[in-house]
Amino acid sequence: MLDLVAFIPRAVQQGIPLLFGSTGETITEKSGNLNLGIPGVMYVGAISGVIGAFFYEQGAGADNMNAFLAILIPLMCSLLGSLLMGLLYCFLTVTLRSNQNVTGLAMTTFGIGFGNFFGGSLIKLAGADVPSISLSATSAYFSHTLPGASSTGWFGKIFLSYGFLAYAAIIISLIAAYVLRHTRTGLHLRAVGENPATADAAGINVTRYKYVSTCLGCMIAGLGGLYYVMDYACGVWSNDAFGDRGWLAIALVIFTIWKPDLGIFSSILFGGLYILYLYLPSGMDHAEYKELYKMIPYVVTLVVLVITSMRNKRENQPPKSLGTNYFREER
Amino acid sequence: MSFHVSKRSDITTSKAWIIRIIAIVAALVVCGIVTTICTGDNPISIFTTIFQGAFGSQRKTFITLQYVAILLIISLALTPAFKMQFWNIGGEGQVLMGGLASAACMITLADKVPNAVVIILMIISSILAGAIWGLIPALFKALWNTNETLSTLMMNYIATQLVAYFVIVWEVPKGSGKIGIINQDSNVGWLINVAGNKYLLSIIVAVVITIGMFIYLKYTKHGYEISVVGESQNTARYVGINVEKVIIRTMILSGAICGIAGLLLVGGVNHTITTTISDGQGFTGVMVSWLAKFNPITMIFTSLLIIFMDRGASEISTAFELNQSFADILTGIILFFIIGCEFFIRYQISFVKANGKEEA
Amino acid sequence: MIKLEKKEIAVSLRGITKKFGKVVANNDVNLDVYKGEILSLLGENGSGKTTLMNMLSGIYFPDEGQIIVNGKEAVIKSPRDAFELGIGMVHQHFKLIDVFTATQNIILGLDGKLNIKGAKKEIQRICDKYGFDINLDKKIYDMSVSEKQTVEIVKVLYRGANILVLDEPTAVLTPQETEKLFKVMRNMKSDGKSIIIITHKLHEVEAISDRVAVLRQGEYIDDMITSETNAQEMTDMMVGHAVTLNIDRPEPKNSNKRIEVKNLTVLDEEGVTKLKDVSFEVNSGEVLGIAGISGCGQKELLKAIAGLEKVESGSITYIHKDGRTEELLGLKPRQISELGVKLSFVPEDRLGMGLVGNMNLADNMMLRSYRKGKSRFFTDKKTPRTLAENIVEKLQVVTPSIDTPVRKLSGGNVQKILVGREIASGPKVLMTAYAVRGLDINSSYTIYDLINKQKEKGTAVIFVGEDLDVLIELCDRILVLCDGEVSGIVEGRNADKNELGMMMTSNHNTSKGGVTV
Repeated sequence: MLDLVAFIPRAVQQGIPLLFGSTGETITEKSGNLNLGIPGVMYVGAISGVIGAFFYEQGAGADNMNAFLAILIPLMCSLLGSLLMGLLYCFLTVTLRSNQNVTGLAMTTFGIGFGNFFGGSLIKLAGADVPSISLSATSAYFSHTLPGASSTGWFGKIFLSYGFLAYAAIIISLIAAYVLRHTRTGLHLRAVGENPATADAAGINVTRYKYVSTCLGCMIAGLGGLYYVMDYACGVWSNDAFGDRGWLAIALVIFTIWKPDLGIFSSILFGGLYILYLYLPSGMDHAEYKELYKMIPYVVTLVVLVITSMRNKRENQPPKSLGTNYFREER
Repeated sequence: MSFHVSKRSDITTSKAWIIRIIAIVAALVVCGIVTTICTGDNPISIFTTIFQGAFGSQRKTFITLQYVAILLIISLALTPAFKMQFWNIGGEGQVLMGGLASAACMITLADKVPNAVVIILMIISSILAGAIWGLIPALFKALWNTNETLSTLMMNYIATQLVAYFVIVWEVPKGSGKIGIINQDSNVGWLINVAGNKYLLSIIVAVVITIGMFIYLKYTKHGYEISVVGESQNTARYVGINVEKVIIRTMILSGAICGIAGLLLVGGVNHTITTTISDGQGFTGVMVSWLAKFNPITMIFTSLLIIFMDRGASEISTAFELNQSFADILTGIILFFIIGCEFFIRYQISFVKANGKEEA
Repeated sequence: MIKLEKKEIAVSLRGITKKFGKVVANNDVNLDVYKGEILSLLGENGSGKTTLMNMLSGIYFPDEGQIIVNGKEAVIKSPRDAFELGIGMVHQHFKLIDVFTATQNIILGLDGKLNIKGAKKEIQRICDKYGFDINLDKKIYDMSVSEKQTVEIVKVLYRGANILVLDEPTAVLTPQETEKLFKVMRNMKSDGKSIIIITHKLHEVEAISDRVAVLRQGEYIDDMITSETNAQEMTDMMVGHAVTLNIDRPEPKNSNKRIEVKNLTVLDEEGVTKLKDVSFEVNSGEVLGIAGISGCGQKELLKAIAGLEKVESGSITYIHKDGRTEELLGLKPRQISELGVKLSFVPEDRLGMGLVGNMNLADNMMLRSYRKGKSRFFTDKKTPRTLAENIVEKLQVVTPSIDTPVRKLSGGNVQKILVGREIASGPKVLMTAYAVRGLDINSSYTIYDLINKQKEKGTAVIFVGEDLDVLIELCDRILVLCDGEVSGIVEGRNADKNELGMMMTSNHNTSKGGVTV
């Protein structure tokens, strides 16, 4: 039988990078930008943090590290890296009005290449025997669990056993949901995504909203990459390990019908589906079934996508201007 | 002094190309600078190395051309869908399914039927497999207007996992997690070498498909219907075009050609199948096609440019012991420049002095 | 320009010029607006009224000239700048977010903490003050056109606008709704607000405004006190010379029944009735006009006949020359043409439906003919090119070449191409929707001529129009639609404009979900 107390924490850990990614993409899409560069952004967010941590660890030495700096430096590096990616996307699509799909795909190519290139270079710099770098000292700070995680039995395991970024992910998505639903900024952002011409006529600075929400979205998504390396992977970077989680995060946005708070539940569900294959029986001789089980999250996403489009409910539709650029003097 | 952006009413083709070429040159300069920073070598020898990597010997040239051919076929496959404004980013999955079908024929039929029959079955089954993988998201789109960008993306991963499954089913030796070269001794199912050259087949197929696609889009009734649907579904309905039928038909074609790319990759180039056999070209093809403004002939140049940089950058990586992903960074830089330069083709910037007078 | 000595000037436009590429939309326009007055801005389509007002509301920025608000020169670079100066505009195409409520739309774009409750109270106060009636929690997509318009006006007032610009507000309203609108406009005026109403309907100018300013081809012509002028004088100024419409109307010859529509009922996607029990017939060799306020079912009627609209019930029968009949209901456009029914349709949305803006003239000709030709697989490019050349020559289309994308041509030329293509196939039935909308006088007459020629050839023409004078002069019979129902069919030769106007609005069951404004 499935051991839920062991399964849930793993599902959560799988789900957190997706949650960061989907929250970031939701905020971005609410402004009408379909950023297919999120997978690349998450790689950049991860590797930037790794670079920061690597040099701090090398410079200070694993024993003399200051807890505050050990967290702050990778965090800042990661945020900066993803911010730059966000700015690049906005410059191309908002200022230069390039095709969003193509720009996003190019960013993904670039971002994954960037991650793997610097990852590879660091691996060489570290001179390790295995093709990965381990930042266990930094990781220890990131994956530090809440007090009581191990002393409160199943409760601690399920609710307290995560690093601070996991809680940050949940808090960020709650804040995002609140801002979108209950504040003026949220109202304006939704207006920009629905109908930029109307928002513009109402005196909302469309360009600024697109820039800010997309950059913020990228920074949040980048944290997903950082969480993955520093917490989930215990500080071990190896090339391509992050895999296709970025794409899954984009799919998750649809799954959550553009509601970040729904994302908390759905990303954990997805995290669970993602690792379900480890728990499903496949028998001794049938390792191949595991590959079929790995298909589950994608099939589920596809089914949800099709069902939501069949139901075609007004409230659950994507922002109306999604994927198109705005130019005031279009006539 | 501020500036004002307005849409160009018209631009000559030559002027547009000058802007694009300037962008490519600027991109190459930036790539040179980045490479110089990473390697410390001087820019000229870097470009020499890049060129050497792509066209350094006859063999290298043929390999480059073969890469171009495969990328070109995939880009051409995606093009009719894009022209119809159907964002098929599922090329990856459609290629994989084509490859999987070929591999299945090679493995399961090797000793049972003659080689020629195996090859014929490979061709049929890979085209069919690709077509089906294109048909599924098209049906969703036609029936319920399901967002195709995301459905085709999901189809990619489903295809990847299917391949992963069969790789383990067919793995040789057991437990290795890979198939290895299929029919290494008997060469059953290996596509023929044209004129004794193993690279030529893909190139010929690419040429044929390029010309075919050019004609299909420009001179046929189907091609015309695709343009009308892409420009305005309203107009299409008004003149009696069955929009759903066009979407489905075009995606079947798109998938089928991707299937051919899969066939060539498995039966002609690699003689094996892995989950990464299409190597992201389903995505790169999107950009190749878009950069060429969906014109099959222009696509020859855009795919050449991308492969040239890719191969050249690999050469640099090898020469300077850099990571292979270096190529992706350079490709990314070039793409950003070309994507960005479209702005200067579509819009013009005029500077406005504070008193409100405008000058060009 | 008339100077009103006793009144204070609210806004003054000085020497405003605006060009779009080579097109001069406004040339050196001067205009004053006083506090507490209703000013009509009168002009034909394309005379630059909307462009001028868009510069006042910050949508466009003038190339030359000054705007003076309350005695100070103002730079209005964005709608926001306009609000801050107390200027608000209600556009013809509403700028509302469909998925938001009325309240959310009204407060959109303002600063400060979001306080929906407080905002609602304030909005309600405004509504009570001027006599608006809206449900503040209703989503825009559930609203009728007039409700949407109310939201737009309240939105402008909520922002504290003292100068309101209304761009053709009555075009979409029933007479009752219009009357209500005028009532609130008078309330606003007595509150000291300045209102500019853009219109080309003379009786409205007379009914509501204190003063009228006339634009023609982008230039300011003159202004007059409404009570001191009359319709003839205004028309002359608007058009430039005294015009009497003189459209030919040949007598129908050998009229036979061509199309018979019986009990046609059409619902839209949301289940709202668009056409109810519509029955009529069209004969060969006659022009049947269709009159009605916009949005009362004309579009659906034509689309239903063309096979582009889902029909709930009824029948549409086509009668061949030899008396054979075909039922068209439920057939797709292609099936209709395969039956040998030659039906042409000039839709209202020229570049969004009738033509493809990005394609050149020749390729647009192919829209109708591409299935023909010898080859099953390849298109015949030659015939459409010849056709395009013919049309350019015969209808005097101004275009650099037949390889120019049609979106680059002016409205009149676009329409000539579309009509030219539609009649090229020798139709037995020709349907046109707003065929002369936005066209200058010359182009309009070209279109009337083409229609009359078709009529003489024995084509049954259905002409949906908005200008009653044109309908009366051109059509043999006029069918009047009101809210999706036929309120009568009159003979064109002895039709009376007022009578038609009454019929357009006289439907007794007009209440579709409560009239607002």
